[in-house]
Amino acid sequence: MKKKNTSVSRGITKRDPRKDWELYLFLLLPIIYILIFKYVPMGGLVIAFEDYKVRKGIWASEWVGFENFVKFFQSYQFWRVLKNTLILSLYSILVSFPLPIMFALMINSVRNERFKKITQTIVNMPHFISTVVMVGIVFMIFHCTNGIYGNLMHAITGHYPKDLFASPEAFRHFYVWSAVWQNFGWDSIIYTAALSSVDPSYHEAAQIDGASRFKRVIHVDLPTILPTIITMLILRMGSVMTIGFEKVYLMQNSLNLSASEIISTYVYQVGLSADGTGDFSYATAIGMFNNLINFILVVTVNKISKKVSETSLW
Amino acid sequence: MRQKTKIKYNQDRLYYIICYTVIAILTLVVLYPIIYIISASLSNADSVVQGRVWLWPVDINLDAYKVLFNRKSIWVGYKNTIIYTVGGTVINLVITLMCAYPLARKNLRGRSAIMFLFSFTMLFNGGMIPNYVLVRELGLMNTRWSLMLPGAMSVYNMIVCRTFIQTNIPDELLEAAQIDGCRDSQFFFRVVLPLSKPIIAVLALWYGVSHWNAYFNAFLYLKNQDLYPLQIFLKELLVQSEQMGETEMVLGNSGSISQNLYVTLKYCVIIISTLPLFCVYPFVQKHFQKGVMVGSVKG
Repeated sequence: MKKKNTSVSRGITKRDPRKDWELYLFLLLPIIYILIFKYVPMGGLVIAFEDYKVRKGIWASEWVGFENFVKFFQSYQFWRVLKNTLILSLYSILVSFPLPIMFALMINSVRNERFKKITQTIVNMPHFISTVVMVGIVFMIFHCTNGIYGNLMHAITGHYPKDLFASPEAFRHFYVWSAVWQNFGWDSIIYTAALSSVDPSYHEAAQIDGASRFKRVIHVDLPTILPTIITMLILRMGSVMTIGFEKVYLMQNSLNLSASEIISTYVYQVGLSADGTGDFSYATAIGMFNNLINFILVVTVNKISKKVSETSLW
Repeated sequence: MRQKTKIKYNQDRLYYIICYTVIAILTLVVLYPIIYIISASLSNADSVVQGRVWLWPVDINLDAYKVLFNRKSIWVGYKNTIIYTVGGTVINLVITLMCAYPLARKNLRGRSAIMFLFSFTMLFNGGMIPNYVLVRELGLMNTRWSLMLPGAMSVYNMIVCRTFIQTNIPDELLEAAQIDGCRDSQFFFRVVLPLSKPIIAVLALWYGVSHWNAYFNAFLYLKNQDLYPLQIFLKELLVQSEQMGETEMVLGNSGSISQNLYVTLKYCVIIISTLPLFCVYPFVQKHFQKGVMVGSVKG
């Protein structure tokens, strides 16, 4: 009994694993889960190097090396989907990254607690709307004859406007701005939290020096949340290539495909969709290319930020 | 000097006016579509289509809701969504806690290696097709498990939970318990679980909402209509019919219903699928926000 005590009181020194068998037992199920559902699919990436046939299975299918990758790089779809992915993603970051910061700085200046609370509750609400419903709302509100948009244009100009969803240009705006509508309030929470840690004595000192409220926002509030901003920016830049399948797929139609076909929807189109070719190997190769770029991006961005600002994710 | 203070005062006032105005406008921009959808769902179908509804309901009637509640598919979807949300969240919580508790121990041997095993999956994954092949090979295709097992734990949430345990349960408590001969499993059930109630609430909300709103896995793995969650019905009703103009097909043909009623019907399904979350949300928003903050603390 006494022996046990001493080993514990040594604190951070590693304990004898045999004493911790219960802890390892706890970890058993999570590790089995992660191995089966995360690492087995990673192993499953070998089908990208094969000519995978369901009948033959992973082990017996023919090995083709990098053929699928080469096929993708040489296809005319390559530049199209890569371009669409990057444009959509960068446009999205450009708009949806600064807005929550500005909103947080403004809401932080509000002194009326009731006003603050009510507005925050309202702007956070759309975050909980599902992707399907969100896309449905956009379709309905901007419907060219039944929606608010159609009726408004009809009231002003006397005739119904063109169908916006048939236009590739409009797709990106719809995608990005509906996301802003849904998430700017929610995304600002992390900044409002960071702002609550601003030392009031800085504000007092600045006030004595005659700084206006706006100047104090720029010179006191903003520098305080800068580390948070940088961390969030790293996260966002690292995920440039992970733009989600779900919403884009739902907003896609045959008329806007020239702007809305991105890598992840193309993977689905090639591999799983009913009117696709069902080419699992080719689709896996495309998906793997995407994941690799993404992996490199996160690691690089993190390295850079470690050097520049000493802020990093790990 | 006096002049200066006055200028400053005026500047501040301008700043505050701009601040309040912008916030108020943004809030209205968020609020307007929500109010419109509620009003449209309650209005006479012809008024909606002809654009006579702008803010408040016009010729209030519940026809669309009546039609909707007579559809079996909506009830099936509702039932399934509840099953997936409750079942999935329970599985999520069990696995997440089982994983976070041992990893919160700083002196656990192999801790960093195990942590790496988990966090690496946040950086790299197999992707859509290998996951699909796996689910098929495991025989989970077209079963309820296909929606609850593949995402049984979010590594991010696990790290949030681990950070919470590390910062909120003092080492002294563990030492004292161990001196009294308390085993690790006892400590977990008697000390860690009761003290982790706030984070468990946050995780349950996070996982619950994501199950309620999920459609992707069901879309990939389910073919049997009796297993469809609500979101799949919503997708067919709101999105596919929009693309193809086939609302009638989704809801089943019924000649007695006018074309216009289908438009209001869509507003209704939005309401009935989102209402549960909106009703719960104001009461739990504090917890959600707390969770975001715990997550932002690096562990």
